[in-house]
Amino acid sequence: MGSRASTLLREEEIEEIKKETGFSHSQITRLYSRFTSLDKGENGALSREDFQRIPELAINPLGDRIINAFFPDGEDQVNFRGFMRTLAHFRPVEDNEKNKNVSNTEPLNSRTNKLHFAFQLYDLDRDDKISRDELLQVLRMMVGVNISDEQLGSIADRTIQEADANGDGCISFTEFMKVLEKVDVEQKMSIRFLH
Amino acid sequence: MDLFFNPFDNLLCVLLGISFTVWFTLLLVFIIVPAIFGVSFGIRRIYMKTLLKIFEWATLRIERGAKEKNHPLYKPYSNAIIAKEPTSLEEEIKEIRRSGSNKDLGSTPEFEMSDIFYFARRGVESIMDDEVTKRFSAEELESWNLLTRSNNNFQYISLRLTVLWGLGVLIRYGFLLPLRVTLAFTGVGLLVFLTSVVGLLPNGRMKSFLSEKVHLMCYRICVRALTAIITYHDSENKPKNGGICVANHTSPIDVIILASDGCYAMVGQIHGGLMGVIQRSMVKACPHVWFERSEVKDRHLVAKRLSDHIQDKSKLPILIFPEGTCINNTSVMMFKKGSFEIGATVYPVAIKYDPRFGDAFWNSSKFGMVNYLLRMMSSWAIVCSVWYLPPMSREEGEDAVQFANRVKAAIARQGGLVDLLWDGGLKRAKVKDTFKEEQQKLYSKMLVGTQEDRSRS
Repeated sequence: MGSRASTLLREEEIEEIKKETGFSHSQITRLYSRFTSLDKGENGALSREDFQRIPELAINPLGDRIINAFFPDGEDQVNFRGFMRTLAHFRPVEDNEKNKNVSNTEPLNSRTNKLHFAFQLYDLDRDDKISRDELLQVLRMMVGVNISDEQLGSIADRTIQEADANGDGCISFTEFMKVLEKVDVEQKMSIRFLH
Repeated sequence: MDLFFNPFDNLLCVLLGISFTVWFTLLLVFIIVPAIFGVSFGIRRIYMKTLLKIFEWATLRIERGAKEKNHPLYKPYSNAIIAKEPTSLEEEIKEIRRSGSNKDLGSTPEFEMSDIFYFARRGVESIMDDEVTKRFSAEELESWNLLTRSNNNFQYISLRLTVLWGLGVLIRYGFLLPLRVTLAFTGVGLLVFLTSVVGLLPNGRMKSFLSEKVHLMCYRICVRALTAIITYHDSENKPKNGGICVANHTSPIDVIILASDGCYAMVGQIHGGLMGVIQRSMVKACPHVWFERSEVKDRHLVAKRLSDHIQDKSKLPILIFPEGTCINNTSVMMFKKGSFEIGATVYPVAIKYDPRFGDAFWNSSKFGMVNYLLRMMSSWAIVCSVWYLPPMSREEGEDAVQFANRVKAAIARQGGLVDLLWDGGLKRAKVKDTFKEEQQKLYSKMLVGTQEDRSRS
């Protein structure tokens, strides 16, 4: 018997995920199919190795940081709910949603939450601020061996100088948002589904 | 007591004897004899058409069942799930910066915190849908073909459909499977026996002629053992002696499919067990290129033996699968350049399976060989198309890799497959770091390149 039959999503679960993330029914089933195909151990959860098996992700300079975003502190397995919750950040913002105010909490794909996702890629120790050291480390990941330490250091210094409003030498989330206030985050951090 | 059992026993024996005879006669007349002469009664095609009609009906029933319950149906799409723009790293990052720039248009920023958006989005896109990992598992079907292994909409099956499915199981496992296993044993057994016999003859025209006939006959029996319905296109381009035949690889059955229509010299590693016995007896009848396990690693030795073989015009064309591993027949992955360096004429062949009747892809990490063959023999049929493409040679100024890519593109185009640059070896191995380094270099140029412009101005 195919293992797919026994691991089909229940309708109640699909409804819950729909409410939480805003994905449509067909998008959720499709992503579930993707989740199960990545889950080589067939235990209903993905580990970091499962992500690293994706070649296009493995060659992304920030691949490890992105994988890390799926694993909230300390854990090394992510289930389908967690998987969807993280992917929901990249759902496009529909126009009619801006008017709707269904729940009190902000939707996962709001501009602020998208920016927060990007912020956490920089914030290595999750202390809600980007220090010079953290910025340097992430820059090093993005450029590899092609830029010298001094040059990279001056780039980092310049960036912090421009962004740091309260002079503490680190970039907080508010300062981060201020620097990027003109960027079209909704479009650049969204992935469009074909159906 | 004796009187009671004897006539009953006799009757049973007679009945069994008659049914066996009938069975074997049917087998002989309808399957083995046509295989020997290479003709076909057309039974398999009628079978194929009937099956298609039944599958369509089954899919309609499932759709109706889903509509009644008011649930959307799971529809697999072999194309992409998400929209991916084919823009380059440079273009995209420039666009992001432009939209957020509050500086003058004159100065170009060297680093912006928003640059990370590009990498984040590309990364999450590849998590949602990537081009490579889906090639290593079976393709999803749009309509149901009455095999449990390929169904995602299990809960919408009505009683009628279940009965039909049950009938299908009975036919497949009770009738088709034993028939096919018998044929398979016959085919393989005959191959081993007859090639050994032919091997006793002295080398010469008679031997090659007989060897050809023997190989073809046994492969044809094996084709029928799988109920393979093959359509050959453009047979005028069939590979000739001294050439190399190159094809995309989906399963070990590819060999049987190609070899039942022409004679090839096989290339491969010598195995132990049954495979080894078959290999050793085949090479008695005509020269194949078998390597010991230790020799496989030595690229020069392999290249030398292959080029020696093709230079001898009396020897058959070599059959090679340059992908090196089985891919799921939706795409063609990187061709290893070894066979394209030898300098022979390359005869490309495209093989495309129709997945509705049985998925031929061998997922070697999931199923062993025996398990795979059993699955094959209990599917409805293996339906495929084979295209013989016109021969290609390496052109002036083209290196082996470019030549390989050119051949690969031709095969992909003909078979309707996606042409990928990724290495099929990624099924098991990790991707090389050089690709990541390329990306890093590209991005660094964006940061540092602008500094150079500044110092110049």
